[in-house]
Amino acid sequence: MALQSARPCGDFRVSYAQDMTIFPTRGSLIACIVGLALLMCAPAVFDRYGLSLLILIGIYGIAALGLNLLTGFTGQISLGHAAFFGFGAFTSTYLSNKHGVPVALSIPLAGVITTFVGMVVGLPAARIKGLYLAIATLAAQYILEDFFSRAEWFTGGAAGAMAKPYSLFGYALKGEKAYFYVVLAHLVALYVFAANLLRTRDGRAFVAVRDHYLSAEVMGVDLTRYKVLAFGISTFYAGVAGALMAHYVSFVSSESINILLSIQFFAMIIIGGMGSVMGSLMGAAFMVLMPEALETIVHLMKSTSWGNIPKIVDGLNFAKEAAIGLVIVLFLILEPQGLAHRWRLIKSYWKLYPFAH
Amino acid sequence: MRWDLLSLFLVNGLIVGVLYGLVAMCFVLIYKASRVVNFAQGELMLIGAWVCWSALAQYGLSFPVAFLFTVAFSALLGVAIQLVVLRPLIGEPLISMIMVTVGLSVFFQAVLKWIFGVAPQSFPPVLSVQKISFLGMEVEAAYLASSGAAIVLLAGFAYFFKVSKLGLAMRATAFNQQVAQSLGVSVRHVFALAWAISAFVSAMAGIVIALVNGVSAGLSAFGIKVFPAVILGGLDSIVGAVIGGIVIGVLENVAEYVDGQYLHWGNLYTIAPFYVLVIILMIKPYGLFGSRDIERL
Repeated sequence: MALQSARPCGDFRVSYAQDMTIFPTRGSLIACIVGLALLMCAPAVFDRYGLSLLILIGIYGIAALGLNLLTGFTGQISLGHAAFFGFGAFTSTYLSNKHGVPVALSIPLAGVITTFVGMVVGLPAARIKGLYLAIATLAAQYILEDFFSRAEWFTGGAAGAMAKPYSLFGYALKGEKAYFYVVLAHLVALYVFAANLLRTRDGRAFVAVRDHYLSAEVMGVDLTRYKVLAFGISTFYAGVAGALMAHYVSFVSSESINILLSIQFFAMIIIGGMGSVMGSLMGAAFMVLMPEALETIVHLMKSTSWGNIPKIVDGLNFAKEAAIGLVIVLFLILEPQGLAHRWRLIKSYWKLYPFAH
Repeated sequence: MRWDLLSLFLVNGLIVGVLYGLVAMCFVLIYKASRVVNFAQGELMLIGAWVCWSALAQYGLSFPVAFLFTVAFSALLGVAIQLVVLRPLIGEPLISMIMVTVGLSVFFQAVLKWIFGVAPQSFPPVLSVQKISFLGMEVEAAYLASSGAAIVLLAGFAYFFKVSKLGLAMRATAFNQQVAQSLGVSVRHVFALAWAISAFVSAMAGIVIALVNGVSAGLSAFGIKVFPAVILGGLDSIVGAVIGGIVIGVLENVAEYVDGQYLHWGNLYTIAPFYVLVIILMIKPYGLFGSRDIERL
């Protein structure tokens, strides 16, 4: 049975256990373990700048994962994800500053409180769908933004609030290296939860709601319950990500929680691939690395004689912003299923290499 | 209770509301014809305002010439957007349709800031009088002229859709694309035409607002205010959009009055339409005049 490790050229699954498995081959299990081990070594390899990028990818990846659970798996469009991200950031800051909750505890707690807010928003939103939901969540984004700038007792108003550094059992974990492990731990836990959620009854119900909500209801899926549940889980992710962000940059203000951030989260799941857990991280990585790549290109151009055009060099920030819009449009037209799909194609190409069927 | 102040706010609201209504109509036009939700409506206004400003202030054209140039440019831009961006997406799910216009909006917003800078620019004076006293109140002349123009435009569109062959073709397409196509209507032309009309009318609205307030990135916030208006009126009703726009304009100004006189919150003005939007979505999601979707298995 030498060919046992080779997979057939289609999906031939004969049992539910095969269908639901996380690791379809032993190779994918090994790849996962090796990848995780490599990530654990990352602080030894990268400098502070590289680590800060990895931390950002991790934080945005968590938020994108949450949005993907809501939009990619349950089919509910939310343009207000940044508002929940911000809510988590403010909640964790508020809990740790005003009530002395240790930061290690205040981050998940912020996630839980954000979940309640998300469910309160999600409950009426469960009545509407599609385009109307997109507009309603857009309104929620503006209303929450307004709340952040108004509620000084909670957010520090226009001035913002300082967030404490992360501490565990009384030891403050400072610097990128320590924080990298903090983010990694949260990311792995939430990633595993998301990947496993989709193997459960609830996860399949989410997909059923997305694919055909009427049929799902006829089959006995409680629409309101699962829509609200999806909102809750998605906002939990957003809240945790926001809290991690707040304690990383140690400052949070309502200025940064704008609609553009919501659009960026959406861009991440479009680029990564809607309905793909892995894709959320790919999209987050793309969105974090793209501005850096632009910056590098502009710096290289600046040092040459022909590329030092003031309009381009000075307009770098606008170029970064325009690039966000442009990649959304280009991905939707050219690669609507995202990087995760491209990755699958590449994998299957090599797997079947000489005999692409 | 200061009646004079309240009535000033009411008149202002009415005038701004007509402009909201005009932009909301453009939004509905695209939605009806091609089921595309245009989140970049505000940016179409902004592009119109900047192009006109550039023609006036940087190239020294006279206002009528600059205006006509802007209108032509915007119409072409609308067709180009439809051709390049939206035609490949026909048949894609709703999420793609929504996000592609959101992406366009971000892109245009940034490119305009890149080209024209972030500082607001004021238009060179176009009308000889700045303010006109109207029913004993001081009202911006440009606004008054514009709401007159807007009413003429709306009447023109009513005629266009009721009588002209092209307008009938557009209504037929909105009603049922396949039937319209089988009766000889070119659906492609109708889509392009809808975008052209929507873009140039938005540009006109943008110019008018810029005449009074100057042109800056903040202008595209008008495009966001379109959503409360169209949700109130019903997404696929042109009459509803106009009425919704007027209601939102008046409501916004009443909110500003109440805020300034009693509450002193500071920015109720900008946020009130969104509360209205949420309330309408909860109690009557298809709006006042919108048609209800009926779904079958």
